[in-house]
Amino acid sequence: MLKQLEGSRAVAEAVALCRPEVVCAYPITPQTHIVEAVGEMVREGTLSPCEFINVESEFSALSVAIGASAAGARTYTATASQGLLFMAEAVFNASGMGFPIVMTVANRAIGAPINIWNDQGDSMAMRDSGWLQIYATSNQEAVDLHIIAFRLAEEISLPVMVCMDGFVLTHAYERVDIPEQAEVDAYLPPFEPRQILDPAEPVTMGAMVGPEAFTEVRYLAHIKQMQALELLPKLAREFEARFGRDSGCLIQRYRTEDAKTIVVALGSVVGTLQEVIDTLRNEGHAVGVLAIRAFRPFPLAEVHDALMHAERVVVVERAFAIGQGGIVADSIRKALQGRPAPIYTVVAGLGGRPITQASLNAMLHQAMDDALPSVTFLDLQTDVVERALERERSHRRSGPVAEGVLKDLGVKAMQYV
Amino acid sequence: MSHQEVKFYQTGTFTVGNRLLDPEQRSVQSTEERTNALNSGHRACQGCGEALGARYAMDAAMAATNGQIVIANATGCLEVFSTPYPETAWQVPWVHSLFGNAAAVGAGLAAAMRVKGKSDVRVIAQGGDGSTADIGFGPLSGMFERNDDVLFICYDNQGYMNTGVQRSSATLPAARTSTTAAVGKRPGHQLGMGKFVPEIAMAHHIPYVATATVADLRDIEAKVTTAMSLRGARYIHILVPCPLGWGSASHDTVRLARMAKESGLFPVFEARDGEVTDSLKIRHQVPVEEFLKPQKRFAHLFGKQRDEEAIGFLQARAERNIRKYHLLEA
Amino acid sequence: MEKPFAITLDPGTSLSNHTGSWRTERPVYVHRLPPCNNGCPAGEDIQGWLFHAESGDYEKAWHKLTENNPFPAIVGRVCYHPCESACNRGQIDEAVSIHAVERFLGDEAIKKNWAFPLPVQKSGKRVLIVGAGPSGLTAAYHLACLGHDVEIHEAGPMAGGMLRFGIPQYRLPRDILDAEVKRILDMGVTLHLNRKVENALTAMQEGGFDAVFLAIGAHIAKRAYIPAGAAAHVLNAVNVLHDLETGEKPLLGRRVVVYGGGNSAIDVARTAKRLGADEAVIVYRRTRDAMPAHPSEVHEAEAEGVLIRWLTTITQAEEGELTIEKMCMDDDGSLQPTGEFETLQADSLVLALGQDVDLGLLEHVPGIEIEGGVVKVGENMMTGCEGVFAGGDMVPSERTVTVGIGHGKLAARNIHAWLNGETWVHPPRPAIATLDRINRWYYSEAPKVVQPELDAVRRMNGFEEVVQGLNADNALFEARRCLSCGNCFECDNCYGVCPDNAVKKLGPGKGFEFDYDFCKGCGICVAECPCGAIDMVPEDI
Ligand SMILES: Cc1cc2nc3c(=O)[nH]c(=O)nc-3n(C[C@H](O)[C@H](O)[C@H](O)COP(=O)(O)OP(=O)(O)OC[C@H]3O[C@@H](n4cnc5c(N)ncnc54)[C@H](O)[C@@H]3O)c2cc1C
Ligand SMILES: Cc1ncc(C[n+]2csc(CCOP(=O)(O)OP(=O)(O)O)c2C)c(N)n1
Ligand code: SF4
Ligand code: SF4
Ligand code: SF4
Ligand SMILES: [Mg+2]
Repeated sequence: MLKQLEGSRAVAEAVALCRPEVVCAYPITPQTHIVEAVGEMVREGTLSPCEFINVESEFSALSVAIGASAAGARTYTATASQGLLFMAEAVFNASGMGFPIVMTVANRAIGAPINIWNDQGDSMAMRDSGWLQIYATSNQEAVDLHIIAFRLAEEISLPVMVCMDGFVLTHAYERVDIPEQAEVDAYLPPFEPRQILDPAEPVTMGAMVGPEAFTEVRYLAHIKQMQALELLPKLAREFEARFGRDSGCLIQRYRTEDAKTIVVALGSVVGTLQEVIDTLRNEGHAVGVLAIRAFRPFPLAEVHDALMHAERVVVVERAFAIGQGGIVADSIRKALQGRPAPIYTVVAGLGGRPITQASLNAMLHQAMDDALPSVTFLDLQTDVVERALERERSHRRSGPVAEGVLKDLGVKAMQYV
Repeated sequence: MSHQEVKFYQTGTFTVGNRLLDPEQRSVQSTEERTNALNSGHRACQGCGEALGARYAMDAAMAATNGQIVIANATGCLEVFSTPYPETAWQVPWVHSLFGNAAAVGAGLAAAMRVKGKSDVRVIAQGGDGSTADIGFGPLSGMFERNDDVLFICYDNQGYMNTGVQRSSATLPAARTSTTAAVGKRPGHQLGMGKFVPEIAMAHHIPYVATATVADLRDIEAKVTTAMSLRGARYIHILVPCPLGWGSASHDTVRLARMAKESGLFPVFEARDGEVTDSLKIRHQVPVEEFLKPQKRFAHLFGKQRDEEAIGFLQARAERNIRKYHLLEA
Repeated sequence: MEKPFAITLDPGTSLSNHTGSWRTERPVYVHRLPPCNNGCPAGEDIQGWLFHAESGDYEKAWHKLTENNPFPAIVGRVCYHPCESACNRGQIDEAVSIHAVERFLGDEAIKKNWAFPLPVQKSGKRVLIVGAGPSGLTAAYHLACLGHDVEIHEAGPMAGGMLRFGIPQYRLPRDILDAEVKRILDMGVTLHLNRKVENALTAMQEGGFDAVFLAIGAHIAKRAYIPAGAAAHVLNAVNVLHDLETGEKPLLGRRVVVYGGGNSAIDVARTAKRLGADEAVIVYRRTRDAMPAHPSEVHEAEAEGVLIRWLTTITQAEEGELTIEKMCMDDDGSLQPTGEFETLQADSLVLALGQDVDLGLLEHVPGIEIEGGVVKVGENMMTGCEGVFAGGDMVPSERTVTVGIGHGKLAARNIHAWLNGETWVHPPRPAIATLDRINRWYYSEAPKVVQPELDAVRRMNGFEEVVQGLNADNALFEARRCLSCGNCFECDNCYGVCPDNAVKKLGPGKGFEFDYDFCKGCGICVAECPCGAIDMVPEDI
């Protein structure tokens, strides 16, 4: 059913359609609206049976989820940013134990400096946690991916993180098609756990494993995750057959077939990029966009095929590995190993800075001329950083650089949400 | 007193069992049918109080629930010595996740049981004093506050034993640990630091809080049984001497637990809904010294010059407990 | 269930990890000798029979008891119970009242007509026993149990020896004595009364006996020189008590003075009270502490109004009065006359100064050695004459009923061995179960049961038994006060306290077993065994 909904609400409805049995909630912007909405549905009784648990921290949110999943319940939680980091230890634990928990990450920057706005630094920090990670480019995709995520998680017995950009998606009111319950039920069978804590068949879960088997455990975890490279497309096809939308492939190409320049991106920026590409195409440039939906496992082969013919690749990243460079670009480089085509990293939209069509357009023109530096910070206020660096050079000052930079911008005090 | 005293001379309720008792008066541990939830072959040190306490408590829980329990266990000695791949000593459904989240994992298990209509399956979460009083304190408090249907059992050996005997917030003042060396002006752990989780648990007004020691099996069994008869968040704090960490003889484990209780240093009591309802009385009062002396972690108190300040501090604590929990009245 | 590799494991798999290899010491179950058993002159396995009494199986307890001593109802009344002086519980609160439970079992057996099992096989050997006192009767019992034909020759008109002609009825009712004697005779033991043996050897040879056991006691009253006027009424204790038993009421008068400090002195004084004396005074040379009579009896006598003059001797006896002299004890404990004299009104003076053995029957027996008026015997209770054994009061001993019983048993075992051409050796004695091995924590606070006593008025009305017995309930209570020193009583402690489940419970009556595959040798079971029935022994490594 088509509805005009806030992204968070849409996701909450999609999650509810998946009939989660245990939902753990802990507030953090910009994720909060999702669990609030789920909680409301549980209270109203529209989502039942479901245990909605207000925990005292994200660490407990995921820990409760681990417990619930160990006992065979379909389990969901959501978080963002600091919350994701606060639960970090449990994040690795959930995947190590193979519990098929689904978690929404409403992407948000990580402090310090504390910042409530969008970027993907949070989920990127957890990219090697053993979870599957899929990134939604739109709210419709977010809705669909959550439904697919439960199926994927449970079939493969691994947890799945569905990442959607905070505010940009979570707080955007859009028209989304919310599937019918019966259809979802037909697509997503009841959870049949692979392993379960049950007095009828006692087992020990979470043994201590030493050097004699740890490598094998990790090897098997890798193999298991890689299976999603086949499973996810299969589930997406099934989804498409039933719901009529392609929402779940590993990657999504937009006008890339003959493109000489291909922009690679994750998440909501893909939509903006598509519009920029349309404009550039109208101007006669052979450009296209490759959206990466599954970042973990990373679809090396698919990315390779998609970018094979490109003369250059521009990776627009909403996160950045300090001291190293582009996180996604690194993987692209790996996919394109041996090909001489230049790969540019464009760091954009950090801490909620808007990524405008104009900036992207300008940047791409530069790229097409191969005049782009290998790492570019989009819309970087160079004068500000120059001044700060200058001051750094002249005297060692106390206090974080950020404070000095804000001062230069004339920003006095900020209220955080 | 939590357990029904058996009016039976010779050993009364003090021994594990007795050939002369009626079957319904027998302790779980005295029966051949006990679960041995934590079975032989585990790798705990010789004379480990934690291994003993865990079997006492889990077997009692098994008996009280007709075998319907699942356990979430925090990281720590109990976890490490019981489940090194490829062998586990547990004969009951058991899951280990992390050091600090056992209470939350337990809450998750309980939620799943509820939603799946399996409320007869009861959830126990357990861990050492480090996981309880320190790293897992937040999740524990959260579980209490939500009144989740979980029994949390803390096996208190007064330190981070698994990592090599560091101090925890349950370590006794003056005790030597790897991080409170017996050197300097004030050797051993600071006087006046630390917390007593049972009292904090009571402040949550949860249905049931109790303390126990491995020296009183009947008491543990009665308390676990009581706990299993109730719903909601419950907490049992069991003192479990650790020969390695305490520097005590392996055969002294039960005796030391007894001395801790008989000196008043470790009060054994029960509380319902935040109010103390009963305490186990001291039978043969001893000065705290009798508890302290056999332990190397307190050896520095009894060197060439006795550390009267520290001994006095601990004695005063024992006396405060005696007053507070009425440990000497009949 | 699909279990992920290594992370999820099957239950109980730790059993393949044999932690027993960690051990440097191993616990082993032992049986130590309880101090009570060690202290019992009759060699009773007290802890052993209490074990059955604790469960209320009195019949089994009685059978276990009578394996060593056929007279529980008697000794439960008259034995000075050195077992209780040795009892470990005595150092905790009060000794287990072993004699009270013993007496209860004895009385129970009489009430319920429990009988001794008859020997399966007869040996064809005949043994003569001279004297039907406790020692002779005990030997008869054991020899009969061992299948021998036993014949007792008793000089007196009734069996029992000093049990009947010494110990008064208010301490040992005669129906009890009769019943326990009869039970032995019922085993086929022949008793000839009024048959004094004049020569032990001829009696044996003429009767065709293969061996003889002499247990003639000590019946000749000792005398002391006291200047006495012709009209002084001077008697001796054994005669007084003997007469009383044969129905002749001794004429003692209103004021009776007894001279001596042993049990006979006490018994005579108490008897005098019962015979109507207004005043019964014991004159004793030494102090209370030095008195050989058992404190409990002194206490009972005093409760009945018997007066005792300590540190006093009698220097002169005249009609109606005695002259007495105060004594004092000097630093090295020896007695000194003080020269302070006093007169004491007395209608009669009874001397209770001990007895000598009438050794007439041994005069012509070769090899016999006599020393200090008693017959020397070897460890095997045999005199210097082959086949002639002796025991009880006539051999060097403490002269108590139970010592006599012990001699009877020991003699029987040796006679049996001797008849078979063998030598009896005492089985090795385990080490004593000392108090330091007891973990006192585990025992309940349980004050000893006090046996009720007849009130003072009723005591003076005759010879009714003073000390009353226990009933089934308090006998059970008292039995359960036993700590079971050094012997497992199946309290399940070791089974419970092992952190490694390395103790196997074998079921009721079968005890426990260590599972050395898993025992790490921590020693908690040893430390927490209440009764000290586990030892820790080094492992050979
Ligand atoms: C007044 C009194 C009170 C006592 N109270 C106690 C007491 O409370 N507790 C205690 O433990 N002990 C007590 N004793 C001591 C105890 O009675 C004796 O130690 C015990 O009876 C000795 O047993 P026996 O078998 O050796 O000799 P006896 O009991 O003296 O028996 C010897 C028997 O041999 C018979 N006999 C003797 N000569 C011959 C012969 N030539 N031929 C055939 N038969 C013969 C005698 O008639 C007698 O029946 C008491 C003694 C007395 C005198
Ligand atoms: C997050 C985290 N921090 C630290 C550790 C290291 N660690 C493992 S067990 C342990 C101490 C356990 O102490 P306690 O809970 O008292 O249990 P014990 O071993 O004493 O029984 C520590 C510090 C860990 N595993 N995880
Ligand atoms: S260190 Fe202490 S708690 Fe840990 S296994 Fe050893 S004795 Fe037990
Ligand atoms: S307590 Fe029992 S076994 Fe021990 S000495 Fe006393 S009677 Fe004998
Ligand atoms: S308690 Fe167990 S491990 Fe320790 S010595 Fe006894 S049997 Fe062995
Ligand atoms: Mg600890």
